[in-house]
This record gives sequence, C-alpha cells and structure tokens, in this order.
Amino acid sequence: MQTETEAPVTELLSFRKVTRRYGALTALAGIDLDLSAHAVTAMVGPSGCGKSTLLELVAGLQEPDEGIVDVLGATAAADRRQACAYMPQRDLLLPWRDALANAALALECQGVARSRARVRAVPLFERFGLTEFEHARPAALSGGMRQRVAFLRTLLQGRPVLLLDEPFGALDAITRADLREWLAAALADEPRTVLLVTHDVEEAVFLADRIVVLSPRPGRVVADFEVDLPRPRSVTSTAFAGLKARALEALKA
Amino acid sequence: MRVALAVALVCLFVLAWQGIASLESVDDLTLASPVETFDALQDDWGLLMDNARVTLVEVVLGLALSVAAGVLFAVSMHLLRPLRDAAYPLLVGSQAIPIVVLAPLFVLAFGYGIGPKLAIVALICFFPITVNLLDGLRSTPPELLKLMRSMGASRLRTLRSVELPAALPSLFSGLKVAATVSVIGAVFGEWAGADEGLGRLVLLGNNQLQTPRVYAGIVILTLMAVGLFALTALAERVACPWNRKESLA
Ligand SMILES: Nc1ncnc2c1ncn2[C@@H]1O[C@H](COP(=O)(O)OP(=O)(O)OP(=O)(O)O)[C@@H](O)[C@H]1O
Ligand SMILES: [Mg+2]
Repeated sequence: MQTETEAPVTELLSFRKVTRRYGALTALAGIDLDLSAHAVTAMVGPSGCGKSTLLELVAGLQEPDEGIVDVLGATAAADRRQACAYMPQRDLLLPWRDALANAALALECQGVARSRARVRAVPLFERFGLTEFEHARPAALSGGMRQRVAFLRTLLQGRPVLLLDEPFGALDAITRADLREWLAAALADEPRTVLLVTHDVEEAVFLADRIVVLSPRPGRVVADFEVDLPRPRSVTSTAFAGLKARALEALKA
Repeated sequence: MRVALAVALVCLFVLAWQGIASLESVDDLTLASPVETFDALQDDWGLLMDNARVTLVEVVLGLALSVAAGVLFAVSMHLLRPLRDAAYPLLVGSQAIPIVVLAPLFVLAFGYGIGPKLAIVALICFFPITVNLLDGLRSTPPELLKLMRSMGASRLRTLRSVELPAALPSLFSGLKVAATVSVIGAVFGEWAGADEGLGRLVLLGNNQLQTPRVYAGIVILTLMAVGLFALTALAERVACPWNRKESLA
C-alpha cells in the first residue's frame, strides 16, 4: 500500500539559469540542471553554498532572481508548493503534539479533520516501525526518532517530490548510519522524486542515483555523475570508495 | 526545600513586623502588630468574609473580561498588521491613564454597582494580557511558519495549530501579572464609590481609626492576589505540560 501522489505533468525537475541573491550576496549563480523524476538526486556542497536556498526555490518558498525553476511542469511558486513536500534542516516538531499528531499535521494542513488525520497516519507508523512511539512527545524522543517522525510527516503530504534538507545533519555518526539504511528502505518502499541535500559524501553515495556537487558560494555545479551501484549498497565495496573519492575530489577543487 | 525557604522568609517578615510594631516610637494607629491584626481577623471574620466575597467576584469577573478582550485584541492585531501599528500606541496610552482619577468618573457614569469595578479591573489587566500574548504570537520561529506554508496550511490553520499553542505560555505570563494587579484595581474601584467590598471596608476602617481591621483587610487582599497567582500557575502547568521546566517539577 503506497501513499497516494498526484500525477506529474512532465517527468523533469529542471533549473534554467537560476540565480538567487540576498542583497549584495549571490547565493546561487546560474544553475542549469535537469533531474529526472522517480530518482534520488543528492546535492553535495560546502556549508553556505546555497543548498537550502536551492531546495526552497524548488519548494516554492522562494522565487529566483533570474531563471526558471520547473517542477514536473509547475513553474509558479504556488504550483511548485503543491508538487513538493519539504523536510527542513531542523525537525521542527511541535512540542505540544505527540509523534502521531505531529505527522498528522501534514494532513490537517490539507483540510483533513484532526481525528481522521491521526487515523490515517497510523499505518505509516506501523510500516516504518514507529508504533510504540506514537504517543510520545518530541521531548521524549531521541534525535534519530524525531527525524523519522519528521520524515513521516513529509511523506504523509502525498506530494510527488520530496525535498530533504540534511535530514541527518544533527545526528551522531552511529545514528546517522542507522537512519541512512532506514531511509534507503523507506524510499525503496515509497519511490518518489527525491532531492536530498547533504554535506556528507558517503551519505550521498549510499542513497542517491545521481550526485551533483556544488562549489563554495556562489553555488555553481562543479560535478555531476550517476551512482550506478546495486542496492542495498555496501560502504566497503571498491566501487563505493571510488565514487566517494570522485565526489570528494570535486568538493576540494 | 523551596517551600521551606519561602515559609521561613514569611515567618521572618512577620517577626520583623511584630518587632517594629512593638517599638515605643511607633504609633499604634499607624501600624497594627501581627497579633492585633490576627485578633481583628478573628473578631471581624464574618464582616471581612462578606466583603471579601464581593471583591473576589469583582476581581474574577474583571479578569475574565480582560482575558476575553485581551485575546480578541492580540489575535486581531497579530492577523492585521495595520491594526497592530495603529492600535499599539492606544494600547500603551491606556496604561498611562491615572486610574485614581478615572475611577470616580467611571462611578459617576455607571453608578455604585459592580459595573465600574469590572471596567477598572479589566482596564488594568487587559494590558499585560494583550502585550504578552501579542509578543508570544509574534515569536513563532520563522522556519516553522515556512514549514506550514510548504504544507499548504491556511492562515487560520497556522494560527490554530502553531501560533496560538506556541503563545500559550506567554498568555499565562501576562495572566500572572494581571492576576496580581487585578486586586489593586478592584480596591481602586471601591474607593471611588461602593456600598460593599474589602476596599471600601479598609477605607472606612482608615477613617474610623480601626487600624487592626485595616491590616486584616490588607492581609486578605494580599492572600487573594497570591491565591489567584497560584491558581494561574497551576492552570499553566495543566494547559502547557510540554513547557514544564525541570526545576519546577
Ligand atoms: N534570508 C537570507 N538573507 C540573507 N542571506 C541569506 C538568507 N538565507 C541564506 N543566506 C545566505 O546565503 C548563503 C546560502 O545559504 P544557504 O542556507 O542556502 O546555504 P547552505 O548551503 O544550506 O548552508 P548550510 O550547509 O550551512 O545549511 C549563505 O551565505 C547564507 O548566509
Ligand atoms: Mg542549509
């Protein structure tokens, strides 16, 4: 059973000469990219290079100063918002709601009544092994658990495109590795068009079908390559190490 | 431990009060000692309670009125930026009005009944409630508002699900301030003209040189304010369990 998504108009997520400035500061300079739907694309880049800005542009939360962002045929900001589910850098769970109600908020925003929204969120908690945490408030959850709940909230929006902004950025190494596998399984189960921002190269190679490397600010595309490894992926394989080295090389350049 | 310290401090205060009142140079008509006050509390218990009930009703109804008006004002000002800019000076100005001067005019306009007392209590309490709630509503993290927008939430949904719950602790902060000043408001209201109430009893006692009765009235007024404060704090713990500070647990 998969969460319903709306049918996309085109099969592409594209940037045409997209530039974004904050006053005198240029965050993104002339981004030109075509990303295919139903694939996981990882955006890797140093801190402050404009990764979050890029996601917010796709999400329709910002407008580019120049160029066009096209999300499966939607170019207006309001239409892009309809096409995307955005998972921000911090989990932003509401401290007064339990885990289930936090995830259900995604449905309430679409006009579903509170109790019905809760009921509809339950199967997702079951599928992703979070049943025993349904009634826990965020303060009682570990960092890893909070990210999982935030991810379910993103999934429940039922949008064709998932935008994940450093979903594991604030976690320790062990939890990260754990959650990485959990997310890989979740995405195998719920295939969507995913744009994943990270500054962890290993995470990118582990999860993505394609890796786009950005330069330091102003962000430009400096490398762009496919990750052609079978899943589930093993971090210890030579092919894995080769791709990781290639991304690191591009980051340093 | 916290309670023991508070009790010890109150005892110390009462002892100091008794000490000062026993001094030769202190006139019995200016300062009644705790013992005299306690005697007055016993002797006049029925009279004090009858009047305290009147004042308590004024305070509670006035507070309820100010909460209703405060929430309505704060939410409207939050939703309508032009209204906020326009009404803020008026809001601050309302606090600059000397209540002592205004109270007799209220009585002149609305008579000796409960009306002017409610108006004065509400006028004093409305300010801390409105300002605190407005600040709380405005301090919602911008990322959270962004998230709600990305999920397609309407303005009203964001208000209901995010901004109002997040501002609840601020509302209670305002309510705690309001609870303590509300009693002073009721006393002012009664001084301006009343047939009953603790404020009036204290004023009469002052004129008739019944100093112990005045102090007994003050003690009850103080306990009333402390009780209202404690009730508000308790309501906050029940209404915002996520916001409980560990040190208070
Ligand atoms: N609202 C804003 N106003 C002004 N400058 C901003 C704003 N948002 C971002 N910036 C700046 O734009 C640049 C890119 O920001 P962005 O958040 O997109 O980077 P990032 O790659 O996500 O960084 P990080 O890895 O630290 O999350 C940064 O230098 C940042 O300081
Ligand atoms: Mg970022």
